[in-house]
Amino acid sequence: MAARRSRIPATKYPVERFTLDNGLRVVLTPDRSAPVIGVAVVYDVGIRSEPEGRTGFAHLFEHLMFQGSENLEKLAHFRHVQGAGGTFNGSTHLDYTDYFETLPSNALERALFLEADRMRGPRLTEENLRNQVDVVKEEIRVNVLNRPYGGFPWLTLPPVMFDTFPNAHDGYGSFDDLESATVADAADFFRRYYASGNAVLAVSGDIDVAEATELVTRHFGDVPARPAPQRPDFTEPDLTAERRTSYTDALAPLPAVAGAWRVPDPVTDFAGYLPYVVLAEVLTDGDASRLVERLVQRDRTVTSLGGYLGFMGDPFDVRDPTALLLQAHLPPGGDVDKVLRTIDEELDRLAADGLTDGELARTQARMATHLLRDTDAVLGRALRMAVLEQQRGEPGLLNELPRLVGEVTEEQVRAAAATLRPERRAAIEVIAGGVR
Amino acid sequence: MTTTTTAPVGPRTLPPLGPTRKLKVPKQAERTLRNGLTVIAVRRPAVPLVELRLWVPFGRVHLARGAMLSQTMLSGTESMTSVQIAAELQKVGGGLSAGVDPDRLMLSGAGLVTGLDRMLELLAEVLTGASYPSDEVATERDRLVDRIQVAQSQPAHLAREALLKRIYGRHPYATQTPEPGQIRAVRPAALRAVHSERVHPAGAQLVLVGDVQPEKALDAAERALGGWSGAGRTAELPATPPLEPGPLLLIDRPGSVQSSLRIALPAVSRTDPDHAPLQLANLIFGGYFSSRWVENIREDKGYTYGPHSVIEHSVAGSVLVAAADVATEVTGPALLETTYELGRLASLPPKPEELEQARQYALGTLQLGMSTQAGLAALTSAYAGNGLRLDFLAEYAARLAKASIDDVARAAARYLAPARAAIVVLGDAERVTPGLAALTTVQTEQET
Repeated sequence: MAARRSRIPATKYPVERFTLDNGLRVVLTPDRSAPVIGVAVVYDVGIRSEPEGRTGFAHLFEHLMFQGSENLEKLAHFRHVQGAGGTFNGSTHLDYTDYFETLPSNALERALFLEADRMRGPRLTEENLRNQVDVVKEEIRVNVLNRPYGGFPWLTLPPVMFDTFPNAHDGYGSFDDLESATVADAADFFRRYYASGNAVLAVSGDIDVAEATELVTRHFGDVPARPAPQRPDFTEPDLTAERRTSYTDALAPLPAVAGAWRVPDPVTDFAGYLPYVVLAEVLTDGDASRLVERLVQRDRTVTSLGGYLGFMGDPFDVRDPTALLLQAHLPPGGDVDKVLRTIDEELDRLAADGLTDGELARTQARMATHLLRDTDAVLGRALRMAVLEQQRGEPGLLNELPRLVGEVTEEQVRAAAATLRPERRAAIEVIAGGVR
Repeated sequence: MTTTTTAPVGPRTLPPLGPTRKLKVPKQAERTLRNGLTVIAVRRPAVPLVELRLWVPFGRVHLARGAMLSQTMLSGTESMTSVQIAAELQKVGGGLSAGVDPDRLMLSGAGLVTGLDRMLELLAEVLTGASYPSDEVATERDRLVDRIQVAQSQPAHLAREALLKRIYGRHPYATQTPEPGQIRAVRPAALRAVHSERVHPAGAQLVLVGDVQPEKALDAAERALGGWSGAGRTAELPATPPLEPGPLLLIDRPGSVQSSLRIALPAVSRTDPDHAPLQLANLIFGGYFSSRWVENIREDKGYTYGPHSVIEHSVAGSVLVAAADVATEVTGPALLETTYELGRLASLPPKPEELEQARQYALGTLQLGMSTQAGLAALTSAYAGNGLRLDFLAEYAARLAKASIDDVARAAARYLAPARAAIVVLGDAERVTPGLAALTTVQTEQET
């Protein structure tokens, strides 16, 4: 029976864009379906921008942005957001750092006030710095040092694939670097990267565009203007020979492996990049996907498998250089070489024989569901649009993604698979050291 | 204090909040089919998707068999292989997954709303025809064993296991993860037996949330699942035992660079008159970031990254659990501050502004939780599994709104008193024992 193709639906979120005199770019996307809003401020600075000798600084600075600002004492930010019925957080990525709240819509002006206040100037004190260095060290212990597979593969694979400090270093940071960070470093980092011209504000949800525009202007209009710094070129040449390393994880009970291949520039060659996003899903999304069927169900050489674009799994908010990653956990005594060989074999087969009837369409339908589900939350929408504005000047692309994913052809997916050659691959193996 | 910019023109003041929007419960419909399945459909048309949650009561099911059943339920039927089931679901942008806990078997999924009929057909196919093929069962058995082994190397999992044993004693909730050896013993015939005995529609609830007309969604569910039958056994869980205070239980994990601190305190069900005030007291203690505990052990002292406390509701009882992973060298001091904050709230009433802040947070996050299809589906299903409906939200909001300082102080004294706590610490016993023993009686066990 020929595969019936599900129609890929689209969203029609309206998008209003403007730029304040100080260079702050603003995106508004109203939706009155629930009385809640999402507010996101994204700065164009991430792990790749931190100075040598200051590993982990971008993330440490993210913590400092919550420690009070011009008109707000330490702890006030948290209390004002939560006391308005909202939640907040921030996160540090390779290419950006975001700060966000989701709140009942009657707190719009309050959220704007809070974000504008720290854009003018966080309270960078010695006491706050020392306190947050301690907190970040506990964060690293709980997420990396005290648990098996900590940092695998997002911290352990980049140094295999890349050679330059920006791309290869540990973005969580070494304890030595964190402990030697100073208030002056922080002030310098703020002055340079947290400029109004280097930021995007996005507000989504239950807002009136005219009123929100007026409130944004009122609160952010007098943030001192500072231009965006020039973003350095982080380019690195592609691999020409396979790179493999391994390390023993003293806590891990079972072996694991991750491999990655460079992909086209997600921003300047989006059309060339998209087939890789689809390919990752063809290979790994669920029991009907190529590699799950082969490695998990048939060969039983791996017990779980994942595939995605971008070291932090962020296909639509990452810049070049980036990669398609596959990662797998193996049964006891599992053979990593064999797993990598089988992956090569399946990629060859896909490149040579193409997809089966309906395989592409069903994968695309499932991807549309994931995209729509992510944007159902007002905050998901604000964050995604803020980064799309920042990296592409195109927040409305969010509405187009399900359709664009749906337009990727079988030929393109085959061609993408054909480029994932072993000689272009970087791989890292976790050797189980945790014997129980 | 150093700031990075020149002083502002003058202090700026925090803008007031706008008028509160009233909590509106979305349009819904409900029908109990002849086979005993209750179907609840809720309309939220924001994106062209539908969320599906099927809750099947699963109390007192053999631990390993239950876990294996959820792992293999989607592995095939008389007419379809696991790959075919997954591919057919994918075609409509859908997916299904199964999970178990001591209360229920849960089948969850989401897909394009145009595929609702097909998802329901496939759900019915699995419910009425899951065949537990030997090969697939063998594969999944090994995978589950490996997954359990990995879980058993995670401090969070180990601390949780120890806490459950400590607080539930002989109750079925005490052990929630089977041992690898028990999993290895499960055969397909046993799974087919559990399925026919326990996976039946009587007492089950199906929740559908999304871009649907509720009545039409009920019709669709009735068409697809009306033929699901099979009278089977049901099992009531006994009420959970009261929490017994006692010595701190220290589980030795040599070489740990952190200690996992877990504290259980008594709690009440959602419908208990004490629930709203207890929820507020919990928030003030450690239930959100702006709580006393977080401000103390994270933002003041830097002992930990993510401390939090939460009231967990299960069918047979509720419990309040506070959790923090703290640096090994400050394990004792972290317990001291924790006990101090619990004791302070149990002994002295909170300040009015603290209560108002917690109240606004509780009310606001109700709005946030209802603002996505997935959030509404989770909430509707959790309520339905405990015999409640979405209209309880309005009642709960009203209770939160009217809880007074006295009510909250009374709840804190009754439930948060450190004298009522059961405490478990997982960490390097050699290094943390002296600090803990200075504060309380410690009983040490080896990690198993």
